[in-house]
Amino acid sequence: MDAESAGSVKDSIAPLIEITGITKRFPGVLANDDISLSIEKGEVHCLLGENGAGKSTLISILSGMTRPDAGTILIEGTETEINSPRQALDLGIGTVYQHATLVPTLTVLENLILGNTKGATLDESEGRRRLDELASILGTDVDPNAVAGDLALDEQQVIEIIKALWKGKTALILDEPTAMLAPAGVAELGKMFQRLKAGGLAIVFITHMLHEAIEMGDRVTVLRQGRVAGSIGPDELRSEQSERLRDRIVEIMFGSEATELGDVAELHVDVLEDHPDQGSLEKATSDAGGRSIGAPILKLDNVSLEASPASHGLHNINLTIAEGEILGIAGVGGNGQAELAEVLAGQRRVDSGQIHLLHDGNLQRIDRLGVHARGQMGLRYVSDDRRGEATVGSMSVSINLVLKKIGDAPFWRWHIMQAGEIQRNAESAIENFDIRTPSADTNISKLSGGNIQKVILARETMSNPRIVIHNKPTHGLDVRTMLMVRERIRQMAAEGVSAVVISNHLEELLDLCDRFAVLSKGRVIGIVENGPDAERHIGDLMVGGTVS
Amino acid sequence: MKASDRVRTELTDENADGRASASDRRNGKTSGPSESSRTEKIRRAMLLTILPLLAAILTGGLLILALGENPIAFYGTIIDRGIVSPSGLQETLIRMAPLLLIAAGLIVAFSAGIWNLGGDGQFLLGASLVGGLAATVSDAMPRGLMLIFMLGMSAAVGGAWTIVPALMKARYGINEIITTLMMSAIGVNLASLIVKVWFLTPERGLQIPRTRILDVSDRLPTLFGTRVHSGLVIGLVAVIAVHLMMRHTTLGLRLNVLGANVKAAHHSGLKVSKLIVVTFLLSGMFMGLAGGVEVLGVQGLVRAGFNPALTLVVVPLVFLARMNGWVTIAFVFLLSVLTIGGELATRQAGLPNDFGLLIVALVLIFMTVAEYFEARRIRGERTVWQTMSDRLLARGGAGV
Amino acid sequence: MFDETLITAVLVGAIAASVPLMLAGIGELISERAGVLNIGLEGMMLMGAYGGFWVAIETESIWLGFIGGAAAGALASLVMVFLCVRWGLDQIVVGIGVLLGAEGLTSLLDAATFADTRPRIGITARLDIPGLSDIPVAGRVVFGEPYMVYVTLLAVAVAGWVLWKTPWGLAIRATGERPEAVDAAGVNVVVVRSLAVLSAGVFGGLGGAYLSLVSAGNFIPMMTGGRGFMAIVLAMLARGRPLLLAAGALLFGFATAGTTALQLVGVEVRPEIVNSLPFAVVLAALVLLGRNEFLPSALALPYVRGER
Repeated sequence: MDAESAGSVKDSIAPLIEITGITKRFPGVLANDDISLSIEKGEVHCLLGENGAGKSTLISILSGMTRPDAGTILIEGTETEINSPRQALDLGIGTVYQHATLVPTLTVLENLILGNTKGATLDESEGRRRLDELASILGTDVDPNAVAGDLALDEQQVIEIIKALWKGKTALILDEPTAMLAPAGVAELGKMFQRLKAGGLAIVFITHMLHEAIEMGDRVTVLRQGRVAGSIGPDELRSEQSERLRDRIVEIMFGSEATELGDVAELHVDVLEDHPDQGSLEKATSDAGGRSIGAPILKLDNVSLEASPASHGLHNINLTIAEGEILGIAGVGGNGQAELAEVLAGQRRVDSGQIHLLHDGNLQRIDRLGVHARGQMGLRYVSDDRRGEATVGSMSVSINLVLKKIGDAPFWRWHIMQAGEIQRNAESAIENFDIRTPSADTNISKLSGGNIQKVILARETMSNPRIVIHNKPTHGLDVRTMLMVRERIRQMAAEGVSAVVISNHLEELLDLCDRFAVLSKGRVIGIVENGPDAERHIGDLMVGGTVS
Repeated sequence: MKASDRVRTELTDENADGRASASDRRNGKTSGPSESSRTEKIRRAMLLTILPLLAAILTGGLLILALGENPIAFYGTIIDRGIVSPSGLQETLIRMAPLLLIAAGLIVAFSAGIWNLGGDGQFLLGASLVGGLAATVSDAMPRGLMLIFMLGMSAAVGGAWTIVPALMKARYGINEIITTLMMSAIGVNLASLIVKVWFLTPERGLQIPRTRILDVSDRLPTLFGTRVHSGLVIGLVAVIAVHLMMRHTTLGLRLNVLGANVKAAHHSGLKVSKLIVVTFLLSGMFMGLAGGVEVLGVQGLVRAGFNPALTLVVVPLVFLARMNGWVTIAFVFLLSVLTIGGELATRQAGLPNDFGLLIVALVLIFMTVAEYFEARRIRGERTVWQTMSDRLLARGGAGV
Repeated sequence: MFDETLITAVLVGAIAASVPLMLAGIGELISERAGVLNIGLEGMMLMGAYGGFWVAIETESIWLGFIGGAAAGALASLVMVFLCVRWGLDQIVVGIGVLLGAEGLTSLLDAATFADTRPRIGITARLDIPGLSDIPVAGRVVFGEPYMVYVTLLAVAVAGWVLWKTPWGLAIRATGERPEAVDAAGVNVVVVRSLAVLSAGVFGGLGGAYLSLVSAGNFIPMMTGGRGFMAIVLAMLARGRPLLLAAGALLFGFATAGTTALQLVGVEVRPEIVNSLPFAVVLAALVLLGRNEFLPSALALPYVRGER
């Protein structure tokens, strides 16, 4: 049965999954508020919404991870309770979670047959047979004996999908499967969806990217603040133009704020068609006015890091960044971006090569210096791992703001903490960066991701930055904070502070950067100037770099 | 770092973002019942310490009753001996001295996220070297100098015994629970060997090999004419100093960052390997000092096979005190009362001395359980009992 | 000097000393593989030693004694099952609680039950197999020792088989690494961990019972003397592999037995040195081999669904 016929059949019989009035309250948050929707066989049902809109909660209710406080779930017309992941799997609902659920120390096959507790011994031959079958449906090739932790991210993603299909014979739920994928990988995923749909499977698919929803979805439901804000049916999706669909979805997503956030949403939404407001680029260049693009501030000569089982390493990286320039690092995640950022920040020593930074009027060698020394010279690093690396969750906002200055005056004198100075510093950061926190003493883990990002940004850009490395600076942020972060990067560039921006989202790089370096397997495979053809160039390079 | 780990933290981050930001929107700010007034603090203290203590006493009492003894008399003896009677109270305070020093060593280690479980070896090596040398050294130099020298040596030995686990952790990331336990086992044996081989007293007819005895007049000075020696002061000063250091100094903050989040420590440019070694050394020094104080203040000598095995009991206390020095002092006092009072009470009741351990174990377990309920309450979750009653009611009421 | 009796003595002694370590170590290994660090193992051994001895005296059956020991160990492990696995309380604090509690309880029970009579299990009750034990050297070593040696070796083999060849073993190994993956795959993490901790109690209890029923012939308070901690170290060093654990336990057994033997022939070796030697060897090996691949990544971390 193909998608067309599934669409016509659905009126006559009960939908595969029909949820009504689902409500789920977490301490202090109403995550799902009376949500009702139905999921049909042979359809891709896209869930859209901002972070915190309740998508993940809804998914975890369907997969048995969370129990709703109220509401019912009907499976093919019968009321069913899903109390555990086991029950969901027995119902044929397979889930690809947002966080990786492969056990890195086990082989692919072991990961797949994990959970099959029937029988006294492990049935590997049956597992292999089924793996071949699923792999051929998906059109991929999988080594069953590879250790999961050694696989590349996109390979792991495929295994996650196979794992979900293992038991998910009727429905497949995917929570942001494209977040870590390159454009080519996303296209591949779309083809997989087509094949699975043809087999009559129902697919629920969460994404942030409107164009993915429009291209891949047969039905789109938008969640907002825990409620269903609106939905678009298959007929409309097929007949309307994608431009108009996008406008409608944006309106549903942001409601009355849509006008106010007009271009915001465009930024957020746009990926492939009409991208970057050239305006902002021109603005950035014209604002540059006094800044002297051309005078190098950071120079990398043959910087190399040896490859390891978990990393491609870096190989002979040569880059020069000018004062006031924003350099984008493009490429599929896991191709050396994190290594490059850490090497620049001083968290990791280079194995060979040199790094020079403009300081006191001339380029000084810094590759032997540590994080603290580089920070004092004006080189700062905004890590992508907000909670895991960039902040200490159990410590206050004020301490996190001076985390990289431990021992420095005026916050410490004679190794004794000067609480007053630290407090004053925090207050000014909270004021200047609009950090929403009950107080400077609040543990930073209690803040939202956006506010944590503001704390980190404040820490790294206060007191005379010269060049700031931003690793995925807007990853997972709501639109407002995302805009604020981008504006801050642009504004600093206008003041002559350079930036290196690493991002998975090409749209973001195109919006911000003057120039791009494309990374693949730890090498710079091309440098592209921003301009009308930049996107195509980068796309070609990325695809070329990943296919091999 | 593994690539998959990165993904996991990032994605989890995003999930958490979603929830927190949603709550931001609704409450305008994030706050819990934890930031609160003085009465709230007192209520918490009651809930987290007094209640578990009472529960442990009650359970222990029922056991004593079951054994045909009088629990009221039993506990009466503990209080009388442990706190009320002057000589008993002195014993309690004497017992506190090494425990406090051990606690200081554990506060440093645990704050930095390092599980130094090898305290017994570090303690005993400090003790046995001091036991072996003190009497001889006191012949050569005045008492004050000898004491300082001996205390310094015990600390140095205790610290030195952590170097192997420290370097293994710092260089290869080898888990310190294994290495400190192994080094402790070696240290306990070595301490016994030191007494037997190098510092054996020449006296004949000794049942158990032991070191030369240090004259009472050469031991740590006592306080205010009591039998309580100045080791108590050293212990109190150590705990308070560590408490203040962890909260107000650069080293303290660095260790706290290391303990809270190793990745953040690397990210902030801390010299993680060096900090690990410093932590081990400090921790071991306090352990060794505890041994030295015990010998110089109380024992005066060390017998082969001497092993009071004090450190393991202090581990959960420090943990339950959340590395807070003041709370630790209170807990150590409590433990000492239970130990000293318990010794007499069990003897009078005809029970084995180890019965006291059972009471301590009950206190520990009830305290962790209380923590559990408190944590749930703060998160705003319903307690097990509430959930159970909910379910019972739902089952009875709905009748589906 | 190296005559038959001496070799026999060393072999018998080595095996006798390694059996309790092997048993307790297997339990700890399974528990650690599932992500639960069982610091209270020593306490479970003590419970097994007392419980086993009490049952054996009451029933006059050494086998029922072993069963009683296993049950007593399991009873102690239930504390960890409920507090650490179900409620997610701190494993080290609760573990030390179990240890201290078991020390106190067994001493108390010993005083209450055996203080006056001080019974012993006679050598005749120790399961000599007539005929087979008469074969020199090998005969004495293998058959003069109780069946428990076989049971232990069997347990090692079975544990290895279960861990590597069965679905439950796979679930245990995965639970120690990434419990959320196991949960998502539809296996109940709490059940897996509870069973793993229970098996630590059972095997720890058996190891303790071996000490009181076979090695000593009576119960003495605190008789485990740190063997529980030694078993923990062995389990960690074995990197989750039962055969490595058995080898490590034998190494300790030979070190202990070797000292006794050397003393028998008049060579004065300090027991302290011999007792330290295995640890020193292992530490040296660790330094030389470097790397830390020992511990499951979710070890000692409680699992609550939906939280990380």
